[in-house]
Amino acid sequence: MSPAVEFRAVSVIAPQGRTRLENISLSVDAGTTTVLLGRSGSGKTTLLRTVNRMVVPTQGEVLVNGTPNSGADLISLRRGIGYVIQETGLFPHFSVERNVGIVLEAEGAPSARRIQKSHALLAAVGLDPATFAARLPHQLSGGQRQRVGVARALAADPSILLMDEPFGALDPLTRGEMQDMLRDLLARLKKTVLLVTHDLNEALYLGDRIALLSEGKLSAALTPHQFLASDRPDVKAYIDAVQRGAQVARQ
Amino acid sequence: MTSTFFARYGSEIATLTVEHIWLTAAAMLLSTAIAIPVGIWLTRTPRWANPVIGIANVLQTIPSLAMFGFLLPLPWLGERAARIAIIALTAYALLPILRNTYAGIRAIDPSVIEVARALGLTDTQRLFKVELPLAASLILAGLRTATVTCIGIATIAAAVGAGGLGELIFRGVASVDNRLVLAGAVPAALLALAADALLGLLERRFRVRA
Repeated sequence: MSPAVEFRAVSVIAPQGRTRLENISLSVDAGTTTVLLGRSGSGKTTLLRTVNRMVVPTQGEVLVNGTPNSGADLISLRRGIGYVIQETGLFPHFSVERNVGIVLEAEGAPSARRIQKSHALLAAVGLDPATFAARLPHQLSGGQRQRVGVARALAADPSILLMDEPFGALDPLTRGEMQDMLRDLLARLKKTVLLVTHDLNEALYLGDRIALLSEGKLSAALTPHQFLASDRPDVKAYIDAVQRGAQVARQ
Repeated sequence: MTSTFFARYGSEIATLTVEHIWLTAAAMLLSTAIAIPVGIWLTRTPRWANPVIGIANVLQTIPSLAMFGFLLPLPWLGERAARIAIIALTAYALLPILRNTYAGIRAIDPSVIEVARALGLTDTQRLFKVELPLAASLILAGLRTATVTCIGIATIAAAVGAGGLGELIFRGVASVDNRLVLAGAVPAALLALAADALLGLLERRFRVRA
């Protein structure tokens, strides 16, 4: 089976000359969740954005479902890949229902199908369509907005889902609920997911594999189990940094 | 006395008011047709924004009487005073519409634009489904400023014989007849207020809560 996403020696050099990604090779199997973990500025978002060509690699290539994405039609490439970001980017002038159905609308799907699909997806992310479909984004809580963001990303049935700190702005309890929702959803839908986070717990909870980035380089790609057991200094540093509070409190 | 005044000037006031509305409306249509597309283009090529908005800015600083004077000797324009008036008013209306179109689109939350691109909306879809609706309120605010300004400046157009309510004002000033001045000024002010209220209403309707 060919990987759903494959990075081949990807480098990204910013116009000012700063290297943002250096020679990254990684392949992501279909139907699995790979978490891109790392501190701010490590390049994880940049790597994620090369998949739908929001960022174009300076060197190397990215294969999506076996073909280099540089040759693909940009619009259809992007419509085939779901995208969720921390700020949600919900269209503030669209109802929840229209937000969810926007990709179908862009494709010219009939409105009956858009409505049916968006209601089904709202239900799937835990929002009752009867209550929420007609609401505007400003009438939702942060967690509800993220649910709508996830539903929108799934509307065109993409096989790949890109998520950039999707729950980063939420409080820990809401964040936990969202992680549960996503885990259930992914278990059913079998999507290939690339998820960016700096939250180790989130990475361990959701990831089949964790790719640790630091300063634009891929320093490790491990399963959660391997990650926790690893004696690599950069991995251990990450784990220790997260556990500082608990360690101090215990003493 | 008032009734005899209106009996004498009533129909002229009405005709000149219609002329005034025509001059302003024609100028607004023309300037909107120029400024909105140019404003959109500037959001795509921001390095041109400062020079182009600068030119519109300079146009607006030209004293209106001088602007009408400059246009008078132009061959094609000079024959028809109304054309001069419409061109001059168009020039004045450009800046507020242009600036607000540019600023309105640039002010949209970058994450909304980012998602529109990443979800695979085409440039045209992004413009018409996302950018213009979200900038509409600010664009209308520019249109409102431009309209109110133009209704005022249009009174000067009478100086080059373009008609409009300025006729009565100039005649009133020349013959030291305040009633005649007011017969021009009051309807012009009412027109400005009505345009302001109407466009203000529209502007609020299009406002989007973030």
